[in-house]
Amino acid sequence: MIAVCRLDELPPGEAVRLLADVPVAVFNVDGELYAIDDTCSHQDASLAEGYLEGCFVECPLHAASFDLRTGRPTCLPAKKPVRTHRVSVADGVIYLHRPAEQGVA
Amino acid sequence: MRSVAVIGAALAGLSAARALRDQGFQGRLTIIGAESHRPYDRPPLSKNFLLGTIGPADLALAEESELAELDAEWLLGQTVSHLSPGLGALELADGRRLRCDGAVIATGATPRSLPGAEFLAGVHVLRTLDDAVALRADLVQGSPRVVVVGAGFIGAEVAASCAALGLHVTIVEAAPLPLAPVLGQEMAAHCLGLHADHGVRLLCGVGVGGLLGQGRVTGVELADGRRLPADVVVVGIGVRPSTGWLHGSGLPLDNGVSCDAGGVTRLPNVIAVGDVANLAGRRVEHWTNAAEQPTVAVANLLAGRTLHTGRSAPYFWSDQYGVRIQFAGHTRPGDEVRIAEGEPDSRSFLAVYEREGRTVAALALNRAKPFTRIRRALAAV
Repeated sequence: MIAVCRLDELPPGEAVRLLADVPVAVFNVDGELYAIDDTCSHQDASLAEGYLEGCFVECPLHAASFDLRTGRPTCLPAKKPVRTHRVSVADGVIYLHRPAEQGVA
Repeated sequence: MRSVAVIGAALAGLSAARALRDQGFQGRLTIIGAESHRPYDRPPLSKNFLLGTIGPADLALAEESELAELDAEWLLGQTVSHLSPGLGALELADGRRLRCDGAVIATGATPRSLPGAEFLAGVHVLRTLDDAVALRADLVQGSPRVVVVGAGFIGAEVAASCAALGLHVTIVEAAPLPLAPVLGQEMAAHCLGLHADHGVRLLCGVGVGGLLGQGRVTGVELADGRRLPADVVVVGIGVRPSTGWLHGSGLPLDNGVSCDAGGVTRLPNVIAVGDVANLAGRRVEHWTNAAEQPTVAVANLLAGRTLHTGRSAPYFWSDQYGVRIQFAGHTRPGDEVRIAEGEPDSRSFLAVYEREGRTVAALALNRAKPFTRIRRALAAV
């Protein structure tokens, strides 16, 4: 597991980007935490910089939208999903579970 | 409407074909493209493709399965020589004739070049995948000295890519302050400052007198008589809408195909989309427009008249030297510019343009998140 940041450093509606084996974005949606690959599957843009609306993040470059729960794109131009990752909180710290610990998706 | 021909197979043509099927058109769909390639994305050509970090396969705009779902006949590597919309027919350059009740004109634009460029190896424009392949081949031959003509976004991106490849680059630009008509003087100067930050020489306010060399380019002569040695010259001085093939079709042409605000030409069964379309006096050459505007125009085509005139705020982006420039909205001389976040000198800032107290445009350098918030607010106006 990788420590992301303290829970109080990631208020609702915000996102943080961290460098794991690939860049990962962690979002706080009204208290629920979600983590996905940070790089838009369409073109080189950071989804942590995207526009968050409910469980959906809109890519800042072309307005492709992804469902944070599944990583699936909800509209063009993105066609490929991004990977989702498990996050948990312990002692007020957000942890990202490494992809290797996820088993088969 | 039983048969529709989409003439042009890049982003706008593909977006129109998708829109036709999405909106319930079940008739015969023919897509005609001058290039031999399936629809691909052009923006990366001046960036990652030129750097060699992505290849042609990464550029595809649609998976094979999705193209199959469109259930279209593809005529690639073919051009249309004549459109007779009144007769519901078109003629291909090879003499074949096609029936079409409706036509979507999506032929895009063609780069302008310099006189004599066609006789000299080493002089390039950059619009198509084939252009990019040829340019990259020249750039990775030894360590060529590069002159880029034109400091607009294509020229600037090519210069940045050349600098990233470790090449010696000079940009020559006829305007005293390029980008200023769109960004205003102050912000144009900040964007142009990126070149000097990265050791790229920018010569503004001087035109090109001619190209030097015999068989292969050896340099560029400037209008003031100075000579710049060059092994590779890239010309990025704008584009012309590709409408030559429409002369004699009866469709009004004026800086593109003249349309109403809904993308419909003088004939209700012919629409124009993307870079080639002049909507109520405004022609837009941006990716987002080519992706979105066809949806509206196709709805009007299928309705048989103009019902929709979707207009979102223009948006474009440019990647140069690891800096992402994003701009949305319309500016006019006299708009107030205010730095809302960051520092211009750090090349990371958000600027908003205001007119009579209203935000009319925004410019961001490496500030995607707050920029998107403003862009969405602009779109809602």
